[in-house]
Formats: sequence, structure tokens, C-alpha cells
Amino acid sequence: MATVTFDKATRIYPGTDRAAVDKLDIEIADGEFLVLVGPSGCGKSTSLRMLAGLEDVDDGAIRIGDRDVTHLPPKDRDIAMVFQNYALYPHMTVADNMGFALKIAGVNKTEIRTRVEEAAKILDLTEYLGRKPKALSGGQRQRVAMGRAIVREPQVFLMDEPLSNLDAKLRVQTRTQIAGLQRRLGTTTVYVTHDQVEAMTMGDRVAVLKDGLLQQVDSPRNMYDRPANLFVAGFIGSPAMNLVEVPITDGGVKFGNSIVPVNREAIAAAAEKGDRTVTVGVRPEHFDIANGEAKALAKDEPAGVAVTVNVVEELGADGYVYGTAEIGGEQKDIVVRVGGRQVPMKGEVLHVVPRAGETHVFSTSSGERLSD
Amino acid sequence: MTAVDSPRPIPSLPARLTARFGGGAMRLALLLVALFWLVPTLGLLVSSLRGPTDIQSSGWWQVFTSPAQLTLHNYASLMGNSAITHALLNTVLITVPATLLVVVIGAAAGYAFAWLEFPGRDWLFLLLIGLLVVPVQVALIPVTDLYARLGIFGSLFGVILFHTAFGLPFAIFLLRNFFAEIPRELLEAARLDGAGELRLFARVVLPLGGPAIASLAIFQFLWVWNDMLVALIFANSNSAPLTVALQQQTRQFGDNIDVLSSGAFLSMVIPLAVFFAFQRQFVNGIMAGAVK
Repeated sequence: MATVTFDKATRIYPGTDRAAVDKLDIEIADGEFLVLVGPSGCGKSTSLRMLAGLEDVDDGAIRIGDRDVTHLPPKDRDIAMVFQNYALYPHMTVADNMGFALKIAGVNKTEIRTRVEEAAKILDLTEYLGRKPKALSGGQRQRVAMGRAIVREPQVFLMDEPLSNLDAKLRVQTRTQIAGLQRRLGTTTVYVTHDQVEAMTMGDRVAVLKDGLLQQVDSPRNMYDRPANLFVAGFIGSPAMNLVEVPITDGGVKFGNSIVPVNREAIAAAAEKGDRTVTVGVRPEHFDIANGEAKALAKDEPAGVAVTVNVVEELGADGYVYGTAEIGGEQKDIVVRVGGRQVPMKGEVLHVVPRAGETHVFSTSSGERLSD
Repeated sequence: MTAVDSPRPIPSLPARLTARFGGGAMRLALLLVALFWLVPTLGLLVSSLRGPTDIQSSGWWQVFTSPAQLTLHNYASLMGNSAITHALLNTVLITVPATLLVVVIGAAAGYAFAWLEFPGRDWLFLLLIGLLVVPVQVALIPVTDLYARLGIFGSLFGVILFHTAFGLPFAIFLLRNFFAEIPRELLEAARLDGAGELRLFARVVLPLGGPAIASLAIFQFLWVWNDMLVALIFANSNSAPLTVALQQQTRQFGDNIDVLSSGAFLSMVIPLAVFFAFQRQFVNGIMAGAVK
């Protein structure tokens, strides 16, 4: 068990100018499950491989516990990794695959056997111990890869998109199993994924990266409720947050035919930078359908924004309306969540008002969060 | 989608032939071709089992009408010929080390070229590929000169060294390309599991290289076993292998056919045995199940 610290860790691939991972600063607590998430090419896998020792660290340091491992070879770091494609030794049986590290470490045979059997029991692999990987299904291979990490009893688990080769149903099931297993073992875990649903459901904390830069590290709840910038706001949440550029007015910002109240200092800060607009973010579930009921800015028009329904996705419990609205003279795509029992028809016009206190305001020029 | 929508795949040539002529006729044709190819070998085998007078007086196919001709006499006289048995031992003493050395050094070098980072690696590999096109013949005179100075001319060691040196470029080329196909994650997983380079090589890379190493071993074994040119030049009468010894059994008057036929057949049968021993290794999909 140990903490993990990225201390301004930087990786610049030879022959490139831009850092693949730029001064990454994260402190991971003992026993914590941290998820690195971001679009492809954001540096999340590189960060993980730096921690594993598979990638050089050009600047800064990485520590596991109090130990500086920045330049240690992988074998001296006491970590175990689960690869995206599992990387099982094809010429060894499941038991040998799982016991390989222990064998190298010189653990005696009976102890290897006990530990492998224990791990196999946890992962439901007992009857497959004598098989070769090619005689296993994808899900079973994935579990062998997990088992290989578990029997090591390492200080840190590293997982590089371990679920991306499973089918959708198995992925959801395994997701819960991995998270449960990690809680039970209490081993510090760093988990890389591009799937923000995985990130939100599994992590104690989530770190969002983009272009090698850390955008925000926070609990899934805070990440969802208070995204630090436009990128995080758009990346976390599915369907994504509606982000609309609107002009600044007195007492707030004008959103269609309503005023969204915004913190005065935030507006002042934006105005000071010379911005005339801010970007307002509203999650699909934070729109209220206010067909003529809410307070309108102009008396003769209904309140809120008129959204023309293009597509309705019915998911059973609720539905998502994909529509377009004219805001500030431009056609914008808007997603609104509606109750599963009263979905509008295609072509209908909805008047939606953002719920008070559930809006996010970002600076249009810098992308930083203005409201709190 | 129904089958009508998708373009019908064009069947392969054997499939079309089978469809047209039927499986039985196809098999018969293949069998005839195979028999045709085997006739000279069969003739050699039968000759080696007939006495010298029979061989000289009639063709080997006579054996089908008078099988009483068959005798193991030739093999007995072959085994009694100390020049031949000594040469057979020499062949083994040359072929086995020359094969093992090429496989071991080739595998280590192949791994290094595929996975270790060192300065000048790619240039060195390019140079190696260049060596592939150097024919043995251009090296004969300079190497003879070199061996004479080193005092290893005529020795078994000299012959082994020559075969090893000329076997290596192809061995390294073949194994490097095979090892390069090993998924990177597999090696990384082994490193994370605590394996150093040596253990990684012995426990992961070598077992995975099985099919390529087996092919290489067979090629090299056959090449060295059947070689006459190199041995004729670099071996002396004491270190000459079977090929050279058999050639020396030919006489200007009288053909010594009893020793030649049995010796030639023996020289053919041993590599065949080696081939069948390694054939089990040619299993497809040794990498199956490694990734995904």
C-alpha cells in the first residue's frame, strides 16, 4: 500500500516539441482509485506508462510512497499492470501466467500455488487454471490479466483501458467487479480510460487530461457539479452539457427570452477582460419546460428558449430531446432531458428555461469557470 | 442482408479443380505427381538393398519381379568401411554445433535487433541484410588465407566456424523479423513481472519464437549436412564429412556402387528424421490468446 505522487512529471517524445505529458501534478492517496480520463492523445496512457517505468520521465519526478521511482526500471517499482489487450503469455497456462511474477521473485512453489488458487477463486477462474489463454473467452482473459496483477500483491495497480475489448454488457458487469475488488483489496489504483462513464462510476477521484495538460482532479460528483473549465464541462456527462455563448446583460446573462442570474463578480471579471459574452452551460436535465409559465423578459413572448425538436431518444425512464434553438441569431443544438412518460413529438416546439442555480458560466475567451 | 446482396467470393483454384473433377480424381493426380517425384529416391533405396553384381547387371526395378535380390549386405559393408563411419561422425560433429551455434547466436542477436535500443542498430541491421547477398564462393580464397594464418585450416573447428558465419545473417534476419512481431505489451508485462532481459529472452521470447527457430534449425541443419563445397576446401582427410568421403569413394574404373548407394541413402535419411522431429513445432497460432 502506498501513495503515488506525480511531481511536475513531464514527457516529451524525441523528435517532438510539445510535451505529451506536461508538468503533471497529482497526489494519489493510499488506497485511492484514481481514474485518468480524456480524449485519445491526451497523454493519459503516457502518464500511466511513466508511472509503470515503461516511458522515460524527461522532467519532474514520480514517487511511490516515499520512494523516488522516477528512473527505476519497471521491475523495481513493485507495481502490477493490466494491459488493454491483456498481454497474457500465450505459451503458459492460466496458473503459470498468474504465478510468473512470483516465480521470478523466488517465492516457493506451494506458496505460489496457494496464492494463485486464492486469486483464481476471487475471479472465478479455478476451473480454467490448466488452460492456455487461447482456450479462454475475452472476459476470462481479462480476468486472468486481473489475476496476474492481484497475486503480486503490489503497492499499486495500473490499469490501461482494461475493459475496452469487452462487449457492452460484460463491460458494465466487469466495471462493478473491478471497483468492488479494488475496495476490498484496498490497493492504490490508477486507471486509464477514454470512457467518461467508466471514469465517473469507478473512481474515487477523476483526473481529466487534455493535450498533456491536467484540467481538473476531483471527485466524480464535484467534477459533474463544478467543472473547472469549458473542456471538462463538455467532456464529463452524457449527453454532454449544452454550452451556449450569450451576451452579458444587467444582473446576469440573456438566455433566449430569459435572464439567467450570474454572480456579479464573475460578470465583472469577464467584462474586465473585455469580453462581451460569456459561455453558459446547462446540463440536459437542468432545463425546465416552461411553456408560457415562467417570467418572460418580453411580455408578448413566452419565456425561455424555443427549441424545435429534431430527434427524441427514448430510454425508458427518461428521454432526451435533440433540438435546435436560435440563440443570439445563431442556430444551436440543444439537448433537453424530459420525463419518459411525456416525450414531445418530432417537430414540436418546446420553451425551455434553465433551472436557477444549476447553470455554469465560463469565460468565453479563457474557458475558465466564472460562477461558483 | 441476404447472401444475394454480397458479392460471391471467387473460389480458389484447388477448390475449382475439385469441383470440376471431383475429389477422387484430384487426389489421384496428386498421388501420381508425388510418386513421380519419389521415383529417384525409391530407386536409390532399392539399389542400396541389392548386391553390386545385381546392380551392374540389371535395373533396380527388377526387384519387383525377383525380391529375393534384397540384401542388407551393402549396409554391412558400409558400416565396416572405417573411412565412411569416421566421415559420418565428422558430419555429425560439424552439423550439430554449426546448427546450435547459429540458432543460439541468431536468436540472441535477433532479439537485440528487434527490441533493444542501441546506437547504430538500424545501420548494423542494414549491413547484415547486405551480407545476405554475399555468395559463399567469393569468401573461399580470403578465408583459406585467413585460416592458414590462424592455423585452423583443415580442422573441424574451421568448417564449423565457416558454416556458422555464413548461416548467421539469414538466421538473424529471419528471427529478428519474427521477434519483432511479438506484441510489445507482452515484453512489457514480463518486465513489470520482474523479469530481467535474460529471463525475458529465455522464458518469453524463445518459447514464442518456437516455429521460427524450428524452421531455421531445419534449414541450417540441411544446408550444413548436405554441404560439400565448404568441407571439400576447408576440411582435411581426417575432418572430412560424409559428402566428401562418398565423393572420394567414386573410382575411375569400377563404380563402388554398393558403398555409394547405401551411403547416399543414409546421408538422405538422417536429415529427414530431423525434419520429422521438428515438424511438430510448426504449429500455427502459437501467439493466439496473447493479446485481446
